[in-house]
Amino acid sequence: MIDTPKGLVSPTTATERVAASMAKRKKSERNFQLLGRSAIAVALAFLVVLFFSIFSKGLPGFFQYYVEIEVEIDREKLDPTGDLSLQSLYDGDARGVIRSALYAAVDAEGRKNKRAAGKLISAGAEQRLRELVYDDPSLMDTTQTLRFALDDDVDSFLRGFIKRETPEKDRRISDKMVEYIDRLQSDGKIVYAFSDYLIFGSASRNPEMAGIYGAFIGSILTLSVCLVLAFPIGVATAIYLEEIAPKNRITEIIEININNLAAVPSVVFGILGLAVFIGIFGMPRSIPLIGGVVLALMTLPTIIISSRAAIRAVPPSVREAALGVGASQVQTIFHHVIPLAMPGMLTGTIIGMAQALGETAPLLMIGMVAFIVDVPGGVTDPGTVLPVQIFMWADFAERMFVQKTSAAIIVLLAFLITMNAVAIIGRKKLERRW
Amino acid sequence: MSDLHIVSQFQRELDAIKAKIIKMGGLVEASIVGASASLYNRDAELAEQVRAADAAIDVLEQQINDEAARVIALRSPNAEDLRLLLTVIKVSGNLERIADYSKNIAKRTRVLLELRSIEGSPAALRRMAREVELMLGDALNAYVQQDQALALAVIERDEAVDQIYNTLFREFLTFMMEDPRNITACMHLHFIAKNIERMGDHVTSIAEQVVFYASGEKPTDERTKADITSSDATLSGMNPTRSIGAE
Amino acid sequence: MEDGKMVEPQKVDAPVRPDIDLAKLPNATIGDIYVENPRMTARHVRVNYGDKTAIEDVSLDIGGSEVISFIGPSGCGKSTFLRCLNRMNDTIKTCKVSGDIRLNGGDIYAPDVDVVPLRARVGMVFQKPNPFPKSIFDNVAYGPKIHGLADNTGHLKQIVQEALERAGLWSEVHNRLDDPGTGLSGGQQQRLCIARAIAVSPEIILMDEPCSALDPIATARIEQLIHELSSEYSIVIVTHSLQQAARVSKRTAYFHLGRLVEVGLTDKLFMKPQHEMTNNYITGRFG
Repeated sequence: MIDTPKGLVSPTTATERVAASMAKRKKSERNFQLLGRSAIAVALAFLVVLFFSIFSKGLPGFFQYYVEIEVEIDREKLDPTGDLSLQSLYDGDARGVIRSALYAAVDAEGRKNKRAAGKLISAGAEQRLRELVYDDPSLMDTTQTLRFALDDDVDSFLRGFIKRETPEKDRRISDKMVEYIDRLQSDGKIVYAFSDYLIFGSASRNPEMAGIYGAFIGSILTLSVCLVLAFPIGVATAIYLEEIAPKNRITEIIEININNLAAVPSVVFGILGLAVFIGIFGMPRSIPLIGGVVLALMTLPTIIISSRAAIRAVPPSVREAALGVGASQVQTIFHHVIPLAMPGMLTGTIIGMAQALGETAPLLMIGMVAFIVDVPGGVTDPGTVLPVQIFMWADFAERMFVQKTSAAIIVLLAFLITMNAVAIIGRKKLERRW
Repeated sequence: MSDLHIVSQFQRELDAIKAKIIKMGGLVEASIVGASASLYNRDAELAEQVRAADAAIDVLEQQINDEAARVIALRSPNAEDLRLLLTVIKVSGNLERIADYSKNIAKRTRVLLELRSIEGSPAALRRMAREVELMLGDALNAYVQQDQALALAVIERDEAVDQIYNTLFREFLTFMMEDPRNITACMHLHFIAKNIERMGDHVTSIAEQVVFYASGEKPTDERTKADITSSDATLSGMNPTRSIGAE
Repeated sequence: MEDGKMVEPQKVDAPVRPDIDLAKLPNATIGDIYVENPRMTARHVRVNYGDKTAIEDVSLDIGGSEVISFIGPSGCGKSTFLRCLNRMNDTIKTCKVSGDIRLNGGDIYAPDVDVVPLRARVGMVFQKPNPFPKSIFDNVAYGPKIHGLADNTGHLKQIVQEALERAGLWSEVHNRLDDPGTGLSGGQQQRLCIARAIAVSPEIILMDEPCSALDPIATARIEQLIHELSSEYSIVIVTHSLQQAARVSKRTAYFHLGRLVEVGLTDKLFMKPQHEMTNNYITGRFG
């Protein structure tokens, strides 16, 4: 007959039983740790695969093929009126100048061959020449070795995406062109260099000329508008809700709605922007101002919620101390609560901004998907943003766009990381211990 | 609400001290009774017992003082607990002096047994001692019951003791003047009477402490000091300006 | 609740030396409620949190240049009553205060009274030291700055120095005024909080268990400081330590379940309290 003890066990019994239970507990502890570690490993693996695929596709996108040829910079051809005005330059025959240099480089004879040679070079080459001469007129009537981008088909061939073995009728470049390419290569005139087009070029149908500069500026402008609107309004709302508003039904309803807004799909905000700003107010489409407003609406709930949490985290002892010394409520909030809550508020803002940076759907709704060549100069100039640009490029068929898309993704990621880093440094500077 | 301290150890310490005082009081009462009886009955053995018993009383006084000091140091007592401890320290001192006087009486009794007896005085002395013994009993009761009225009454009764002493003083003077052979015995008897009178004063002091313990205030009335022997020169029955024998 | 007019406070019929029967009555406050030339007077103060009554009909005077301590078991309302004196209870939404509380004759709960200057006249030091997360200098200077007490920067520096000197902290921090206030030890932080309260030249300083988070040496320093400050300020100190109340205060007020049971001179109260409940509390017969 076992004597079951009632109530508290004696220390010796307790020690024995605790020791006996340890084996099982340690096992579950180990299992749990194993589970956690595997989860982290899987996540890291995914991350590694993701980065690897992006970088392996994207890094080549930062480079493209150029050709270096000797060009006679013929003043009469380039600048007919002789006054170096833009009009004159456009009237001039920059293309001809380049073509002459090209023919000379490959010894092209005959119309068919010359046409083949002409197709080698990018359509943007003539603009380059015009810009060069415009910036530095002393180059006129000299012979310079200039670098021009090769056409995207040539670039794809050189990378190996267009194969030599494919029959000519199925290939995008003719045999003659291949011959010229080989000739140029053996002469050492083909160069694989960092693509200035990618960074400084704008949207273009020609992949070799396409760049992200316009989208980059567009993103900066849009985010600036978003920040300027969302941060003050969000912070002020959070302060009002936490510190000033009476705790009644109306305030509760407001809080519930704000929390719900955070879960609304972002495309809905785009529809809102379309209907209200563009439909009712008749504002132009596709401008960073509207884009910024739409993103601000989307980011506000995030900022409000995290700011409220930051304000709530400020210990009441600080408030009591301020009130006890005779500070008014406003003084307490602005001199004591906000400085202490600022790190948390900034965190929420960073999160919100990072989300906004990557948003595509709402901006598509308000039309920032237009094909815009010029770089936007201000918030009311039409523009686009990086994610939309990437989205558009992903649509195009040319091979080079694939690489440039991945390269643009890398740029976007770098932008994000820089933003986060700047904000974290800023937050550390502002952080106070209490 | 309860009458007991939340910290039971504290309660026990206070109770222990109170018990010791009661015990000490009992021993002192017994000592008075014994000394008085030994004088009246001319009992040398009893006198010796009384003398020997004083040692235990001294030990008790020391113990009570030590424990009271300890409780004050460790418990930071307030209000009635503090008053209790201050009271027991004084009262134990008073009791110890009473016992000392009692012992002294017993010692003198031994000496007196070898001298000639003086009639009348032992009875008066016995009455005096009996009164002091009753006063002490009442004072201790007043202490236990925190009875202010009883304590004040005890204080009043000291006057009667003092009166007896005055009477005895005159008597002894008379005896000594009548017959110089009485002087030694009378001196001893006088000291005994003085001791008993002093015991009465100490009992009065105990009663005053009891009033303080119960009420928080010492009794403000001047203690009627009926013992005028130290202040009245006429008590000798002789006019100091008159010369001896010149009546 | 009186309107803003100055009205002669009604004297409460509290007997001064009750006999035993009255002492059993739980409703009357026993002892010295009134003082001559009081700085603050409270009459029939009642405080409710929603349905719960925290303070029930308390009347008390706070005199000039005295130290009075509030003692009583947890939940007896002593901290609540303390916070009525500088209207810190306003920050609690469910709290309702009724009754007449006057500072130098002016009702502090009148509808046109601004709590901001009130709290400069009635300062407060809290249980856990709570210096601002700013430098030592800024901690002390904050009050004078927002109330516009200093004529210029030099004057502000003098105010800060004098406040720190009076709080007994100057010698320890004078060469590092730009260090953060939170970097000091607990006792120093509490003295910093006292300096901060002094810097706005209050008349009354309320202290809510100021030493409960401090070690005995720091506590002793603060008690010495209270003694030095009492010549100029009235100090009301809520404390859980009977010994501390006994050491620092001239008058002691015993609260129980929202009522002021007894108030009197500290030496008399600790030797012979008049009410049985006071006696039981301070001897440890019940909590």
